[in-house]
Amino acid sequence: MKEYDIIVVGGGPAGLAAATTAAKCNANILLVDDGLQLGGQLIKQTHKFFGSTEQFAGIRGIDIAHNFIDEISHLSNIEILTQSTATGFFEDGVLTILEGYNGNRLSKVKPRRLIIATGASENMLSFINNDLPGVYGAGAVQTLMNVYGVIPGRAVLMVGAGNIGLIVSYQLLQAGIEVKAIVEALPCIGGYWVHASKIRRLGIPIYTRCTLKEVKGKEEVESVTICNIDDKFNFIPGSERELSVDTICLAVGLSPLAELLWQAGCEMAYIPELCGYVAKRDENMKTSLDHIYIAGDVAGIEEASSAMVEGQIAGLNAAASLGLYHEKYRELNLAFHRQLLQLRHNEVSESITRGIKKATL
Amino acid sequence: MRIQEHPILHFKPGKKVSFIFEGKKMEGYLDEPIAAALVAAGIKVLSYSRKLKRPRGFFCAIGNCSSCLMKVNGIPNVRTCITRLEEGMIIERQC
Amino acid sequence: MSVALNGVPTKEELKRVTPPEEVLAKKPVVMVECFQNIPCDPCAANCPFGAILPFADINDLPLVDYEKCTGCGICIASCPGLAIFVLDMNYSAREALIKVPYEMMPLPKKGQMVSGLDRQGCKVAEVMVQKVTRTKNKTSIISIVVPKELAQIIRNIRVEDAVNGR
Repeated sequence: MKEYDIIVVGGGPAGLAAATTAAKCNANILLVDDGLQLGGQLIKQTHKFFGSTEQFAGIRGIDIAHNFIDEISHLSNIEILTQSTATGFFEDGVLTILEGYNGNRLSKVKPRRLIIATGASENMLSFINNDLPGVYGAGAVQTLMNVYGVIPGRAVLMVGAGNIGLIVSYQLLQAGIEVKAIVEALPCIGGYWVHASKIRRLGIPIYTRCTLKEVKGKEEVESVTICNIDDKFNFIPGSERELSVDTICLAVGLSPLAELLWQAGCEMAYIPELCGYVAKRDENMKTSLDHIYIAGDVAGIEEASSAMVEGQIAGLNAAASLGLYHEKYRELNLAFHRQLLQLRHNEVSESITRGIKKATL
Repeated sequence: MRIQEHPILHFKPGKKVSFIFEGKKMEGYLDEPIAAALVAAGIKVLSYSRKLKRPRGFFCAIGNCSSCLMKVNGIPNVRTCITRLEEGMIIERQC
Repeated sequence: MSVALNGVPTKEELKRVTPPEEVLAKKPVVMVECFQNIPCDPCAANCPFGAILPFADINDLPLVDYEKCTGCGICIASCPGLAIFVLDMNYSAREALIKVPYEMMPLPKKGQMVSGLDRQGCKVAEVMVQKVTRTKNKTSIISIVVPKELAQIIRNIRVEDAVNGR
C-alpha cells in the first residue's frame, strides 16, 4: 500500500492551498479530487476576488485556479488523482478511494496526516415542483456556463441574494442569458452590496421579503410564481406574480460536505453560523483527531479567500506535526493567522467569527 | 445551446464526437461532462424517478446529488455531471 | 430604500462619496461608490498616485485624496466590485465625460451611440462613446459623453444589439 506524508482530499481553493503549502515543507503529498479537473469552484469564478494582495485580490478566480495548477505541476512531491472519490478513512489509517470509470476501481492508500477540504454542497428549498428539470443549483449553472460554455436556459429566476446569487446572476447576463429577477426571503441583501449594485445597474430587480412559491411545468420548468412574505416568512395572499422562466437557480446557501469527518470519528458540532455540522478544530485547523486537519467550506461556509488561508494554515501545520517544519514556520503561521483575522474583521463576518469560536476545541 | 462569445472567457472546445442518446445520434465535445453535452443539445430530462416516474434533470454538477444518474454503455447510475463524454457512448435515461 | 436593501444607494449615501463641488469644477476625479466594510483593498493598492489612501484595516472604506487624484481611471478596472467611476465635469460647456467599468457583450465602438443607464438600469439618455479602453484583466473602461445634469445619474451603458435583441 502506498504511503504518503499527507493526503489532501479536495482540490478546490482550500485543498490547493493546503497541498502547495505542505509541499513547500518537503512533505510528499497526494491530492485527491472527484472533479474532472482540479480547482473546485475556483475554475468557474469569472469575477475578480476581494481580499488583499496575499489572497490574490483583483484576480479572477479562474486565473487563481490556473496559477495554483501551474504551481503544482512544478512541485514534484505532489501526486494528483482527479475523478477519484475518497470514500472512507479507517481505524488502521487506510483511506479508500474509488477511481476509474464510474468509480469501479477501489484503491487504498495510507496517509500520516489527512487534510479534509471537501467543500460544500448547495442547499435545496421546498416548493411545489422543486424536482422539475430546470430547477438547478446556482453553482451548477455556473459550472455549465463558465467551465463548459453551455447555456442552461433562456430566462432565469434567481433565488437568493447572497454572494452566490448575485454573482451568478451577473455571470448569466455575461453569457447573454436573461435574468428576470432575484428574489430574497430576508429583508435585505445578504451578499456584498457592490455585487447587488452591479446587477441593479443592469436593470435586474432584486425583490426582498419575497420568495418563490410554486414552479409550473410538466416535464420541465415553464413558469414560476413568486410571492411576498411577512416577518414570519408566511406568504402574503394576493401578492403572487407569475414569471415566464425556463430555469430556476437556487442560491439558498451551502452546507459543509463533512461525511468523511463523521465517518473518521472526528468530534462534530452543529453550528448554525457555519451553516451546518462541522468538525471541531484547534486554531491550526487540527480536528479532535491528531492526524486529521480541515480547511475551507467543510470547516464552515465562508469565502474562497479565507478558505485559501485556512488551507495554508492546515498544510503548514500538518507538515510541522510530522517534524517537517517550513524554514519560516513561525513567521508564516503568524502571517496566515493575521490574514484570517483581517479578512474576518468586518460586520459581514461577525457571525462566522462567533461560529468559529464555538467550533474551536 | 452554447455560448458564442463571452466578455471574460474564451472557450476552447475539444474534438467533436458523436454519441447515442435514447437511440438518437447526437454531438458533443470530447471530455466535457456527459450531462453538459446533453443540456447543450437541449435535453433537460436525464432520468425518471423510480416510483412516481417524475422527470429528473441536472442539479448539482459536482457528483453529489444523484439527479443526473444515467445508464452509460450499459452501466447504470453513472454520475453524468462528472463523467467525460467519449466517442460512441451509448447513453440512456434510467427509470 | 438603501444600498443594503436593494442595491441602489440613496441620495444621502451618495452624498458621502461624491467628490466636493470645487474639486469637480477643477479637474477629473474618481467617485468611489463603495459603502460596505468588506475585506478588499485593490483600489488603494493599484493607485499609482497614492490618491486612494492606504488602508489601515483591509475592511476600511476607500478614502480619496482629491489633491492627488488625476482621474486616470486605473482603479476602475482594479475594483472587484466595479464600484469606481471617473467624472470629468469640464469636458465641454454642456457635457461631462464619465468613465464606467464594463464587462458585458458586445463591446461598443468609439463614436457609437449607446443607452446611458441610471443606477437601476433604466435608460435615461442616448450617449456617445468617446473611448473604449480594454485592460489586461478584461474589465473594459468605457468613456461616455453625457449631459452635465446627468453626470450624477448615469452609471452604466447598454449597447443595443439588434441581432440579439438586447
